[in-house]
Amino acid sequence: MTVQLLERRATQPAAAVKMAIADCDIHPSPKSMEKEVYPYLEKRWQRHLETYGVRPRQGFANGPAFPKGQPDASRRDAYPPNGGRPGSDLDFMRQQHLDPYNVQLGILNPLRGGQGVQNGDFSAALCRAINDWQIAEWTSKEPRLKGSVVVPYEDAAASAAEIDARAGDTNFAQVLVLSRTAEPLGQRRYWPIYEAAARAKLPVAVHAFGYGGFPVTGGGWPSYYIEEMVGHAQCNQSVLTSMVMEGIFERLPTLKVILVEGGFAWLPALAWRLDKVWTRLRDETPHVKRPPSSYIRQQVWVTSQPTEEPEPRRHLLDTIEWMGWDRLLFATDYPHWDFDDPTQVLPPRVGEQQRRQFFMENARAVYGITG
Amino acid sequence: MIAIPPGGIDCDIHPAVPGLGALLPYLADHWRESVVQRGMHELESIAYPKNAPLTSRPDWRGAGGLPGGDLDQLRAQALGPFGTSLAICNCLYGVQLLFSEDLAAGFASAINDWVRREWLDPEPRLRASIVVPVQNPEMAVNEIERLAADKRFVQILMLVMGEMPLGRRHYWPIYAAAERHGLPIGIHAGSGYRHPVTGVGWPSYYSEDYANQAVAFQSALTSLVCEGVFAKFPGLKVVLIESGFTWLPAHLWRLNKFWRGLRMEVPWVDRPPAEIVRDHVRLTLQPVDSPPQHEQLERLMEHMGSDAMLLFSTDYPHWHFEGTQALPEGLPGALIHKIMVDNPRATYARLTEALA
Repeated sequence: MTVQLLERRATQPAAAVKMAIADCDIHPSPKSMEKEVYPYLEKRWQRHLETYGVRPRQGFANGPAFPKGQPDASRRDAYPPNGGRPGSDLDFMRQQHLDPYNVQLGILNPLRGGQGVQNGDFSAALCRAINDWQIAEWTSKEPRLKGSVVVPYEDAAASAAEIDARAGDTNFAQVLVLSRTAEPLGQRRYWPIYEAAARAKLPVAVHAFGYGGFPVTGGGWPSYYIEEMVGHAQCNQSVLTSMVMEGIFERLPTLKVILVEGGFAWLPALAWRLDKVWTRLRDETPHVKRPPSSYIRQQVWVTSQPTEEPEPRRHLLDTIEWMGWDRLLFATDYPHWDFDDPTQVLPPRVGEQQRRQFFMENARAVYGITG
Repeated sequence: MIAIPPGGIDCDIHPAVPGLGALLPYLADHWRESVVQRGMHELESIAYPKNAPLTSRPDWRGAGGLPGGDLDQLRAQALGPFGTSLAICNCLYGVQLLFSEDLAAGFASAINDWVRREWLDPEPRLRASIVVPVQNPEMAVNEIERLAADKRFVQILMLVMGEMPLGRRHYWPIYAAAERHGLPIGIHAGSGYRHPVTGVGWPSYYSEDYANQAVAFQSALTSLVCEGVFAKFPGLKVVLIESGFTWLPAHLWRLNKFWRGLRMEVPWVDRPPAEIVRDHVRLTLQPVDSPPQHEQLERLMEHMGSDAMLLFSTDYPHWHFEGTQALPEGLPGALIHKIMVDNPRATYARLTEALA
């Protein structure tokens, strides 16, 4: 008889916890649009927002297509004591998150920043305002935090202009797009975004979510939030497939892409499958000159949250070995409900060097931030 | 190279409809007239472009250019070299793409009768899946009832992508009929193309379409579990065909995790999804989207968490391997007999029943 020993989810030693960490997915929210974002939004668009709303590619005027599992998809303890949405109070974020976990580098990913709004001019105006807001309310006040250049991605020219305008501004660490777009993100209508990001030496983060107008599965609309949430990993696989097969990485060898909040354990199997399909059908995509896995190995990173949970947990270490310890960036998703706690996130028996890569060095390398 | 032990059961081969003309004798009068009068085109799907390398191994393309189109050729290429004792025919011809439910029902019946007459009657090693008009579950059930008494039909065939996710209650009458007759639901790669094949829109290349089939299987599995299909039909088995399988462990880890966080939304899912899947779901072997190293495949087989899930298949005539190398290096020796014989027999009760 074989006995499977229980692997304890024990808290890691205090010294390890207190190592400086990078959190590559933090979600800030405005305390109020009027007070914090309107100063950067023209009067015309303020009126537009009040009159017509943001109109994404889904039907509900207030709230998501699938009701979330928690109010505001947030931790119950993340509501600031002085009011406002979770993630809207810098002091409380310091006190609840940055200080206790010793987050020395936090990447802000605003999700309600005007991305994917159907009216292109409004989308561009909102994105610009949200970028100004990130500097004013967050990065100028807290040097541990870096912003994302939010772009109206359905209009690549406007997006590229916004990236060019922010190039060289150290308030920003990356360009942010969402995964579910009007067409797969590898397609050429989006290339000016990648070209501008490469020019600005900023990685492009593809955060899960958004609404492209299509069902979250290739076989139609599911019934439940759990299906949509699980489905973000499938969408990220499709996004990466598109980016590789359209030849973006071949064309822009300095481009770095970070896939955020779609899990990561699927990455090795996807790379194996893409290699096999490419080997068989490569005359269809002559612009893809090397096996897909080699582009992924060099130009693609993934954030860890929500970390898959195998039983036994050590199976996850095989997966990380296969993708490479230098590909994985720690993220908590603060203040959202499916937060990954840095003291619990890795299975036991991970070496010191790998922990340093996972919690900090990989992030510094991909964002080009020394410290 | 791992030698194929004789007597195996091949759970996915594809006899090809040579053309609409071949089905005419099996179509009801009205549909036969419609085909001629309306000048209907072949119902081949874009899922397998005729001349694409993946669609047929070069040495399996016959003189007539139609891989899998001839019984003698299929015997010589798909059955003999692998020492196959039984093989399950999954006929892929675009019935599931049609928008008219009536037309789909007419063609499904014709295909099933054609398979029975042209393939099952002359070749005792062949079994087949029942093609159904998924567009209309009532009609699909009628077709199942019409053929269920013929024990050479061992499964019901659906495509992984259709109008709505496969767990939806809309499809449950089909699952009820499947359970009643001891027929697994075989879900094959392919789409009715009602939606883009990805959740993020239409891709540019066939390579993406095919790569994304594995992604679609993940979504279908999520749907079957979360909608409670296996709680409602505890005797139901589902076989994922030409799905690949190396993606399965990572997907189950994620599904388990979100179930822990969100199970209040789907209270009928009363145990971890991975357990449900290991009890009810099987996957055919080819294509093996292998890791580069044999040791990695061995580790992956451990991640699968079950030795009962894989069913041998060649996916003839699709091109996934050379010669008779259908069993990938790195496959643990103890698994081979299970994959070749035990697992198919345990999955398809009808394979061991006497033919009526």
